[in-house]
Amino acid sequence: MKKIAIIDYGFGNIKSVTNALLFCGADPVVISSPKELSNYGGAVLPGVGAFAPAIQFLKNLNFDKALLDYLSAGKMLYGSCLGFQLLFTRSFENGENVGLNIIEGDVKHFNFTDGKLKIPHMGWNNVELKNGNNIKKMFDGINDSEQFYFVHSYYVALKNPSQIGAITKYGVSFCSAVAIDNVWGSQFHPEKSGNCGLKLMKNFIGAC
Amino acid sequence: MLSIRIIPCLDVTDGRVVKGTKFVNLRDAGDPVEVAKRYNDEGADEIVFLDITATHEGRDTTIDLVRRTAEQVFIPLTVGGGLRNMNDIRNLLNAGADKVSLNSIAVKNPQFINEAAEKFGNQCIVVAIDAKKTEDKKWNVFINGGRIDTGLDVVKWAKDAVKFGAGEILLTSMDKDGTKDGYDNQLLEIISSEVNVPVIASGGAGQLEHFFDACKAGASALLAASLFHYKEIEIKDLKQFLKSKNIPVRT
Repeated sequence: MKKIAIIDYGFGNIKSVTNALLFCGADPVVISSPKELSNYGGAVLPGVGAFAPAIQFLKNLNFDKALLDYLSAGKMLYGSCLGFQLLFTRSFENGENVGLNIIEGDVKHFNFTDGKLKIPHMGWNNVELKNGNNIKKMFDGINDSEQFYFVHSYYVALKNPSQIGAITKYGVSFCSAVAIDNVWGSQFHPEKSGNCGLKLMKNFIGAC
Repeated sequence: MLSIRIIPCLDVTDGRVVKGTKFVNLRDAGDPVEVAKRYNDEGADEIVFLDITATHEGRDTTIDLVRRTAEQVFIPLTVGGGLRNMNDIRNLLNAGADKVSLNSIAVKNPQFINEAAEKFGNQCIVVAIDAKKTEDKKWNVFINGGRIDTGLDVVKWAKDAVKFGAGEILLTSMDKDGTKDGYDNQLLEIISSEVNVPVIASGGAGQLEHFFDACKAGASALLAASLFHYKEIEIKDLKQFLKSKNIPVRT
Protein backbone atom coordinates (compact mmCIF):
# COMPACT_ATOMS: atom_id res chain seq x y z
CA MET A 1 0.00 0.00 0.00
CA LYS A 2 1.28 3.43 -0.93
CA LYS A 3 1.73 5.80 1.94
CA ILE A 4 0.09 9.16 1.24
CA ALA A 5 0.56 12.14 3.56
CA ILE A 6 -2.45 14.22 4.57
CA ILE A 7 -1.32 17.65 5.67
CA ASP A 8 -3.03 18.62 8.92
CA TYR A 9 -2.85 22.34 9.57
CA GLY A 10 -6.17 22.67 11.39
CA PHE A 11 -8.37 23.45 8.39
CA GLY A 12 -8.93 20.16 6.69
CA ASN A 13 -11.68 17.61 6.58
CA ILE A 14 -8.95 15.15 7.53
CA LYS A 15 -11.35 12.35 8.34
CA SER A 16 -13.12 12.37 4.98
CA VAL A 17 -9.84 12.41 3.06
CA THR A 18 -8.44 9.61 5.23
CA ASN A 19 -11.56 7.50 4.68
CA ALA A 20 -11.50 7.97 0.92
CA LEU A 21 -7.76 7.21 0.60
CA LEU A 22 -8.18 4.07 2.71
CA PHE A 23 -11.15 3.01 0.60
CA CYS A 24 -9.02 3.52 -2.54
CA GLY A 25 -6.34 1.19 -1.20
CA ALA A 26 -3.74 3.70 0.01
CA ASP A 27 -2.17 4.01 3.44
CA PRO A 28 -2.93 7.59 4.54
CA VAL A 29 -0.78 9.15 7.24
CA VAL A 30 -1.83 12.45 8.83
CA ILE A 31 1.19 14.71 9.27
CA SER A 32 1.41 18.02 11.09
CA SER A 33 5.13 18.69 10.77
CA PRO A 34 6.73 19.81 7.48
CA LYS A 35 9.81 17.71 8.26
CA GLU A 36 7.76 14.58 7.68
CA LEU A 37 6.70 15.64 4.18
CA SER A 38 9.87 14.47 2.43
CA ASN A 39 9.19 10.88 3.55
CA TYR A 40 6.27 10.65 1.14
CA GLY A 41 5.83 10.42 -2.62
CA GLY A 42 2.28 11.71 -2.48
CA ALA A 43 0.53 14.30 -0.32
CA VAL A 44 -2.94 15.77 -0.05
CA LEU A 45 -3.55 19.35 1.08
CA PRO A 46 -7.19 19.33 2.18
CA GLY A 47 -9.10 22.34 3.40
CA VAL A 48 -12.42 23.77 4.42
CA GLY A 49 -12.96 27.23 5.86
CA ALA A 50 -11.52 30.66 5.19
CA PHE A 51 -8.36 31.42 3.18
CA ALA A 52 -6.68 33.95 5.47
CA PRO A 53 -6.40 31.91 8.69
CA ALA A 54 -5.64 28.77 6.68
CA ILE A 55 -2.64 30.23 4.84
CA GLN A 56 -1.47 31.77 8.11
CA PHE A 57 -1.50 28.42 9.91
CA LEU A 58 0.19 26.73 6.96
CA LYS A 59 2.95 29.35 6.98
CA ASN A 60 3.29 29.36 10.77
CA LEU A 61 3.94 25.63 10.59
CA ASN A 62 6.49 26.27 7.79
CA PHE A 63 4.61 24.10 5.37
CA ASP A 64 4.94 26.75 2.64
CA LYS A 65 8.68 26.26 2.14
CA ALA A 66 8.45 22.52 2.75
CA LEU A 67 5.83 22.20 0.00
CA LEU A 68 8.04 24.03 -2.50
CA ASP A 69 10.99 21.72 -1.71
CA TYR A 70 8.69 18.72 -1.87
CA LEU A 71 7.37 19.72 -5.31
CA SER A 72 10.81 20.51 -6.70
CA ALA A 73 11.75 16.93 -5.83
CA GLY A 74 9.05 15.94 -8.33
CA LYS A 75 6.67 14.49 -5.77
CA MET A 76 2.88 14.47 -6.19
CA LEU A 77 0.57 16.97 -4.49
CA TYR A 78 -3.24 17.17 -4.51
CA GLY A 79 -5.02 20.28 -3.24
CA SER A 80 -8.72 19.88 -2.50
CA CYS A 81 -11.21 22.78 -2.21
CA LEU A 82 -9.59 25.39 0.07
CA GLY A 83 -6.38 23.35 -0.24
CA PHE A 84 -6.65 23.97 -4.00
CA GLN A 85 -7.15 27.71 -3.57
CA LEU A 86 -4.10 27.94 -1.28
CA LEU A 87 -1.90 26.86 -4.23
CA PHE A 88 -2.54 30.17 -6.01
CA THR A 89 -0.89 33.59 -5.90
CA ARG A 90 -3.41 35.50 -3.82
CA SER A 91 -6.96 35.52 -2.56
CA PHE A 92 -9.49 38.31 -2.15
CA GLU A 93 -11.44 36.55 0.58
CA ASN A 94 -11.75 39.07 3.45
CA GLY A 95 -9.09 41.43 2.11
CA GLU A 96 -6.05 40.47 0.08
CA ASN A 97 -3.91 37.55 1.20
CA VAL A 98 -0.86 35.98 -0.41
CA GLY A 99 -1.05 32.27 -1.17
CA LEU A 100 1.59 29.65 -1.95
CA ASN A 101 1.97 30.93 -5.53
CA ILE A 102 2.65 27.45 -6.88
CA ILE A 103 0.22 28.28 -9.69
CA GLU A 104 -0.21 31.89 -10.84
CA GLY A 105 -3.73 33.15 -10.33
CA ASP A 106 -6.23 34.89 -8.07
CA VAL A 107 -8.99 33.58 -5.82
CA LYS A 108 -12.15 35.65 -6.34
CA HIS A 109 -15.63 35.83 -4.91
CA PHE A 110 -18.66 34.84 -6.95
CA ASN A 111 -20.38 38.10 -7.73
CA PHE A 112 -23.90 37.62 -9.03
CA THR A 113 -26.21 40.56 -9.41
CA ASP A 114 -29.45 38.88 -10.51
CA GLY A 115 -29.92 37.06 -7.19
CA LYS A 116 -30.96 33.82 -8.87
CA LEU A 117 -27.77 31.91 -8.20
CA LYS A 118 -27.22 30.98 -4.58
CA ILE A 119 -23.89 31.39 -2.80
CA PRO A 120 -22.20 29.12 -1.81
CA HIS A 121 -22.13 27.13 -5.03
CA MET A 122 -23.21 23.93 -3.32
CA GLY A 123 -23.92 20.59 -4.92
CA TRP A 124 -23.05 18.46 -7.94
CA ASN A 125 -21.90 20.15 -11.12
CA ASN A 126 -20.25 19.15 -14.40
CA VAL A 127 -16.50 19.18 -14.87
CA GLU A 128 -15.43 19.73 -18.49
CA LEU A 129 -11.88 18.73 -19.31
CA LYS A 130 -9.53 21.28 -20.87
CA ASN A 131 -5.71 21.45 -20.72
CA GLY A 132 -2.84 20.44 -18.50
CA ASN A 133 -0.24 17.82 -19.37
CA ASN A 134 -1.61 15.38 -16.76
CA ILE A 135 -5.34 16.05 -16.97
CA LYS A 136 -6.00 12.84 -18.92
CA LYS A 137 -4.12 10.86 -16.32
CA MET A 138 -6.07 12.58 -13.52
CA PHE A 139 -9.43 11.79 -15.16
CA ASP A 140 -8.47 8.39 -16.56
CA GLY A 141 -11.58 6.22 -16.69
CA ILE A 142 -13.87 9.19 -15.95
CA ASN A 143 -16.10 10.62 -18.67
CA ASP A 144 -15.81 14.24 -19.74
CA SER A 145 -18.48 16.41 -18.04
CA GLU A 146 -19.09 14.03 -15.14
CA GLN A 147 -20.48 15.63 -11.97
CA PHE A 148 -18.49 16.25 -8.80
CA TYR A 149 -19.45 17.74 -5.44
CA PHE A 150 -18.71 21.42 -4.84
CA VAL A 151 -19.18 23.73 -1.90
CA HIS A 152 -17.47 27.11 -2.15
CA SER A 153 -18.07 30.85 -2.46
CA TYR A 154 -14.72 31.69 -4.09
CA TYR A 155 -13.16 30.43 -7.30
CA VAL A 156 -9.73 30.55 -8.93
CA ALA A 157 -8.88 32.64 -12.00
CA LEU A 158 -5.62 31.49 -13.58
CA LYS A 159 -3.16 33.93 -15.10
CA ASN A 160 -2.26 31.45 -17.80
CA PRO A 161 -5.43 29.93 -19.36
CA SER A 162 -3.44 27.06 -20.87
CA GLN A 163 -2.96 25.74 -17.32
CA ILE A 164 -6.72 25.31 -16.81
CA GLY A 165 -7.30 21.59 -16.39
CA ALA A 166 -11.08 21.63 -16.32
CA ILE A 167 -13.91 24.13 -16.12
CA THR A 168 -17.27 24.25 -14.40
CA LYS A 169 -20.09 26.70 -15.08
CA TYR A 170 -21.86 28.54 -12.32
CA GLY A 171 -22.71 32.09 -13.35
CA VAL A 172 -19.16 32.25 -14.65
CA SER A 173 -17.00 29.58 -16.22
CA PHE A 174 -14.30 28.86 -13.64
CA CYS A 175 -11.32 26.54 -13.34
CA SER A 176 -12.42 23.50 -11.34
CA ALA A 177 -9.30 21.32 -11.66
CA VAL A 178 -5.64 21.47 -12.61
CA ALA A 179 -3.08 18.77 -13.34
CA ILE A 180 0.24 20.40 -14.21
CA ASP A 181 3.14 17.99 -13.87
CA ASN A 182 3.06 16.92 -10.21
CA VAL A 183 0.65 19.64 -9.03
CA TRP A 184 -2.93 18.39 -9.05
CA GLY A 185 -5.95 19.89 -7.44
CA SER A 186 -9.63 20.59 -7.67
CA GLN A 187 -12.20 23.04 -6.39
CA PHE A 188 -14.59 20.12 -5.91
CA HIS A 189 -14.20 17.52 -3.17
CA PRO A 190 -13.12 14.22 -4.79
CA GLU A 191 -13.48 12.57 -1.38
CA LYS A 192 -17.21 13.45 -1.41
CA SER A 193 -17.95 12.93 -5.10
CA GLY A 194 -19.12 9.33 -5.09
CA ASN A 195 -17.62 6.85 -7.55
CA CYS A 196 -16.14 9.47 -9.90
CA GLY A 197 -14.35 11.10 -6.99
CA LEU A 198 -12.99 7.78 -5.76
CA LYS A 199 -11.74 6.93 -9.27
CA LEU A 200 -9.94 10.26 -9.44
CA MET A 201 -8.32 9.59 -6.08
CA LYS A 202 -7.21 6.17 -7.29
CA ASN A 203 -5.66 7.88 -10.32
CA PHE A 204 -3.80 10.22 -7.99
CA ILE A 205 -2.57 7.35 -5.80
CA GLY A 206 -1.43 5.56 -8.95
CA ALA A 207 0.59 8.61 -10.00
CA CYS A 208 2.33 8.91 -6.62
CA MET B 1 -25.33 22.86 -14.73
CA LEU B 2 -25.69 22.65 -10.98
CA SER B 3 -27.99 19.72 -10.26
CA ILE B 4 -30.93 19.72 -7.90
CA ARG B 5 -29.98 17.57 -4.90
CA ILE B 6 -32.12 14.63 -3.81
CA ILE B 7 -31.68 13.95 -0.10
CA PRO B 8 -33.09 10.98 1.81
CA CYS B 9 -33.43 11.64 5.52
CA LEU B 10 -33.00 8.87 8.10
CA ASP B 11 -34.36 9.21 11.61
CA VAL B 12 -31.91 7.42 13.90
CA THR B 13 -31.88 6.58 17.57
CA ASP B 14 -29.43 4.47 19.55
CA GLY B 15 -27.57 3.84 16.32
CA ARG B 16 -30.56 2.38 14.45
CA VAL B 17 -32.98 3.63 11.83
CA VAL B 18 -36.25 4.28 13.60
CA LYS B 19 -38.72 4.31 10.78
CA GLY B 20 -38.80 0.84 9.36
CA THR B 21 -37.64 0.30 5.83
CA LYS B 22 -38.80 -2.08 3.19
CA PHE B 23 -35.39 -2.59 1.69
CA VAL B 24 -34.84 -6.17 0.84
CA ASN B 25 -31.61 -8.15 0.79
CA LEU B 26 -30.03 -6.07 3.49
CA ARG B 27 -28.12 -7.83 6.19
CA ASP B 28 -29.79 -5.62 8.72
CA ALA B 29 -32.64 -3.42 7.59
CA GLY B 30 -32.34 -1.26 10.67
CA ASP B 31 -28.64 -0.47 10.26
CA PRO B 32 -28.32 3.14 9.09
CA VAL B 33 -24.95 2.40 7.48
CA GLU B 34 -26.51 -0.25 5.24
CA VAL B 35 -29.42 2.03 4.41
CA ALA B 36 -27.09 4.95 3.64
CA LYS B 37 -24.99 2.72 1.38
CA ARG B 38 -28.10 1.59 -0.42
CA TYR B 39 -29.23 5.18 -0.99
CA ASN B 40 -25.76 6.06 -2.21
CA ASP B 41 -25.92 3.21 -4.75
CA GLU B 42 -29.37 4.37 -5.85
CA GLY B 43 -28.08 7.86 -6.64
CA ALA B 44 -28.83 9.94 -3.55
CA ASP B 45 -26.86 13.20 -3.69
CA GLU B 46 -26.52 13.61 0.07
CA ILE B 47 -27.66 11.82 3.20
CA VAL B 48 -29.23 13.41 6.29
CA PHE B 49 -29.25 11.67 9.67
CA LEU B 50 -31.73 13.13 12.11
CA ASP B 51 -30.75 11.99 15.58
CA ILE B 52 -33.83 11.64 17.76
CA THR B 53 -31.93 9.98 20.59
CA ALA B 54 -33.02 11.21 23.97
CA THR B 55 -30.17 9.99 26.15
CA HIS B 56 -26.55 11.00 26.47
CA GLU B 57 -25.35 7.40 26.03
CA GLY B 58 -27.37 7.13 22.86
CA ARG B 59 -25.52 10.09 21.41
CA ASP B 60 -22.23 8.20 21.51
CA THR B 61 -23.79 5.56 19.29
CA THR B 62 -24.66 8.33 16.83
CA ILE B 63 -21.02 9.41 16.70
CA ASP B 64 -20.04 5.81 16.06
CA LEU B 65 -22.75 5.52 13.42
CA VAL B 66 -21.48 8.63 11.63
CA ARG B 67 -17.94 7.26 11.78
CA ARG B 68 -18.96 3.93 10.27
CA THR B 69 -21.07 5.58 7.56
CA ALA B 70 -18.32 8.01 6.55
CA GLU B 71 -15.92 5.10 6.08
CA GLN B 72 -18.13 3.63 3.39
CA VAL B 73 -20.31 6.34 1.89
CA PHE B 74 -18.54 9.04 -0.11
CA ILE B 75 -21.23 11.63 -0.59
CA PRO B 76 -21.98 14.54 1.78
CA LEU B 77 -23.42 13.58 5.13
CA THR B 78 -25.42 15.97 7.34
CA VAL B 79 -26.27 15.20 10.95
CA GLY B 80 -28.84 17.04 13.01
CA GLY B 81 -30.93 16.73 16.13
CA GLY B 82 -30.28 17.80 19.67
CA LEU B 83 -26.91 19.49 19.21
CA ARG B 84 -26.13 21.52 22.31
CA ASN B 85 -22.64 22.96 22.06
CA MET B 86 -19.49 23.41 19.98
CA ASN B 87 -18.14 20.13 21.25
CA ASP B 88 -21.12 18.25 19.80
CA ILE B 89 -20.38 19.82 16.41
CA ARG B 90 -16.68 19.08 16.62
CA ASN B 91 -17.30 15.44 17.54
CA LEU B 92 -19.65 14.93 14.61
CA LEU B 93 -17.34 16.63 12.11
CA ASN B 94 -14.34 14.70 13.41
CA ALA B 95 -16.31 11.49 13.02
CA GLY B 96 -16.80 12.31 9.34
CA ALA B 97 -19.99 14.37 9.08
CA ASP B 98 -19.70 17.12 6.47
CA LYS B 99 -22.42 19.37 7.85
CA VAL B 100 -24.41 19.71 11.02
CA SER B 101 -27.97 20.91 11.22
CA LEU B 102 -28.94 23.24 14.07
CA ASN B 103 -32.53 23.80 15.09
CA SER B 104 -33.68 24.66 18.63
CA ILE B 105 -30.28 25.80 19.85
CA ALA B 106 -30.00 28.25 16.95
CA VAL B 107 -33.32 29.86 17.88
CA LYS B 108 -32.51 30.00 21.58
CA ASN B 109 -29.02 31.36 20.96
CA PRO B 110 -28.49 32.76 17.43
CA GLN B 111 -24.95 33.78 18.39
CA PHE B 112 -24.17 30.07 18.45
CA ILE B 113 -24.67 29.94 14.65
CA ASN B 114 -22.11 32.69 14.35
CA GLU B 115 -19.60 30.95 16.60
CA ALA B 116 -20.03 27.64 14.81
CA ALA B 117 -19.74 29.23 11.35
CA GLU B 118 -16.60 31.11 12.33
CA LYS B 119 -15.03 28.04 13.82
CA PHE B 120 -15.98 25.43 11.22
CA GLY B 121 -16.96 27.50 8.16
CA ASN B 122 -20.52 28.34 7.13
CA GLN B 123 -20.46 25.62 4.47
CA CYS B 124 -20.99 23.07 7.22
CA ILE B 125 -23.65 24.91 9.23
CA VAL B 126 -27.22 24.13 8.20
CA VAL B 127 -30.03 25.85 10.08
CA ALA B 128 -33.17 23.71 10.21
CA ILE B 129 -36.46 25.56 10.56
CA ASP B 130 -39.78 23.93 11.46
CA ALA B 131 -42.49 26.23 10.11
CA LYS B 132 -46.21 26.21 10.83
CA LYS B 133 -48.73 28.43 9.10
CA THR B 134 -50.59 30.87 11.34
CA GLU B 135 -52.43 32.93 8.73
CA ASP B 136 -52.25 33.60 5.00
CA LYS B 137 -48.58 33.95 3.95
CA LYS B 138 -47.43 33.90 7.55
CA TRP B 139 -45.61 31.12 9.36
CA ASN B 140 -44.19 30.77 12.87
CA VAL B 141 -41.00 29.01 13.93
CA PHE B 142 -41.52 25.97 16.17
CA ILE B 143 -38.80 24.30 18.24
CA ASN B 144 -38.26 21.24 20.41
CA GLY B 145 -39.47 18.85 17.76
CA GLY B 146 -42.42 21.07 16.86
CA ARG B 147 -43.77 21.27 20.40
CA ILE B 148 -43.07 24.92 21.17
CA ASP B 149 -44.31 27.92 19.19
CA THR B 150 -41.61 30.57 19.48
CA GLY B 151 -43.83 33.25 17.95
CA LEU B 152 -40.94 34.11 15.61
CA ASP B 153 -41.79 34.88 12.01
CA VAL B 154 -40.20 32.30 9.70
CA VAL B 155 -39.16 34.77 7.00
CA LYS B 156 -37.48 37.02 9.53
CA TRP B 157 -35.78 34.09 11.25
CA ALA B 158 -34.50 32.61 7.98
CA LYS B 159 -32.93 35.94 7.03
CA ASP B 160 -31.43 36.35 10.50
CA ALA B 161 -30.05 32.80 10.48
CA VAL B 162 -28.23 33.54 7.22
CA LYS B 163 -26.88 36.80 8.64
CA PHE B 164 -25.55 34.87 11.62
CA GLY B 165 -23.74 32.50 9.25
CA ALA B 166 -26.03 29.67 8.13
CA GLY B 167 -24.70 28.20 4.88
CA GLU B 168 -27.96 26.49 4.07
CA ILE B 169 -31.58 26.40 5.29
CA LEU B 170 -33.44 23.13 5.83
CA LEU B 171 -37.06 24.25 5.68
CA THR B 172 -39.69 21.85 6.99
CA SER B 173 -43.38 22.61 6.70
CA MET B 174 -45.10 21.14 9.75
CA ASP B 175 -48.47 21.58 8.06
CA LYS B 176 -47.39 19.47 5.10
CA ASP B 177 -45.16 16.95 6.85
CA GLY B 178 -46.63 13.47 6.51
CA THR B 179 -49.57 14.59 4.36
CA LYS B 180 -48.06 13.51 1.03
CA ASP B 181 -49.94 16.28 -0.74
CA GLY B 182 -46.91 18.29 -1.73
CA TYR B 183 -44.30 20.64 -0.26
CA ASP B 184 -45.44 24.06 0.97
CA ASN B 185 -44.44 25.81 -2.25
CA GLN B 186 -45.67 29.22 -1.16
CA LEU B 187 -43.38 29.09 1.86
CA LEU B 188 -40.50 27.79 -0.28
CA GLU B 189 -40.95 30.54 -2.83
CA ILE B 190 -40.87 33.27 -0.22
CA ILE B 191 -37.90 31.91 1.74
CA SER B 192 -35.78 31.04 -1.29
CA SER B 193 -36.30 34.51 -2.73
CA GLU B 194 -35.50 36.17 0.60
CA VAL B 195 -32.24 34.35 1.37
CA ASN B 196 -29.20 33.92 -0.81
CA VAL B 197 -28.15 30.49 0.48
CA PRO B 198 -29.52 27.15 -0.76
CA VAL B 199 -32.91 26.09 0.65
CA ILE B 200 -33.73 22.40 1.22
CA ALA B 201 -37.43 21.64 0.84
CA SER B 202 -38.82 19.25 3.43
CA GLY B 203 -42.24 17.93 4.38
CA GLY B 204 -45.11 16.81 2.20
CA ALA B 205 -43.64 15.03 -0.83
CA GLY B 206 -45.92 12.25 -2.03
CA GLN B 207 -45.70 12.20 -5.81
CA LEU B 208 -43.12 12.86 -8.52
CA GLU B 209 -44.82 16.14 -9.47
CA HIS B 210 -44.39 17.47 -5.94
CA PHE B 211 -40.61 17.43 -6.33
CA PHE B 212 -40.88 19.29 -9.63
CA ASP B 213 -43.20 21.89 -8.07
CA ALA B 214 -40.69 22.52 -5.27
CA CYS B 215 -37.92 23.03 -7.86
CA LYS B 216 -40.07 25.64 -9.57
CA ALA B 217 -40.68 27.30 -6.21
CA GLY B 218 -36.92 27.78 -5.84
CA ALA B 219 -35.69 24.83 -3.76
CA SER B 220 -32.03 23.89 -4.26
CA ALA B 221 -32.50 20.46 -2.73
CA LEU B 222 -35.41 18.12 -2.04
CA LEU B 223 -35.63 16.04 1.10
CA ALA B 224 -37.93 13.12 1.82
CA ALA B 225 -37.97 10.29 4.33
CA SER B 226 -40.67 7.63 4.39
CA LEU B 227 -41.42 8.05 0.70
CA PHE B 228 -37.94 6.71 -0.06
CA HIS B 229 -37.82 4.25 2.85
CA TYR B 230 -41.00 2.54 1.74
CA LYS B 231 -39.92 2.68 -1.89
CA GLU B 232 -43.07 4.50 -2.90
CA ILE B 233 -40.75 6.53 -5.07
CA GLU B 234 -37.28 5.37 -6.04
CA ILE B 235 -34.53 7.94 -6.37
CA LYS B 236 -33.58 6.83 -9.87
CA ASP B 237 -37.18 7.15 -11.09
CA LEU B 238 -37.47 10.57 -9.47
CA LYS B 239 -34.29 11.72 -11.21
CA GLN B 240 -35.50 10.37 -14.52
CA PHE B 241 -38.78 12.26 -14.06
CA LEU B 242 -37.07 15.54 -13.16
CA LYS B 243 -34.70 15.15 -16.08
CA SER B 244 -37.69 14.75 -18.42
CA LYS B 245 -38.92 18.08 -17.03
CA ASN B 246 -35.57 19.71 -17.85
CA ILE B 247 -34.45 19.95 -14.23
CA PRO B 248 -30.70 19.21 -14.04
CA VAL B 249 -29.97 16.05 -12.03
CA ARG B 250 -26.90 13.92 -11.38
CA THR B 251 -27.35 10.56 -13.06
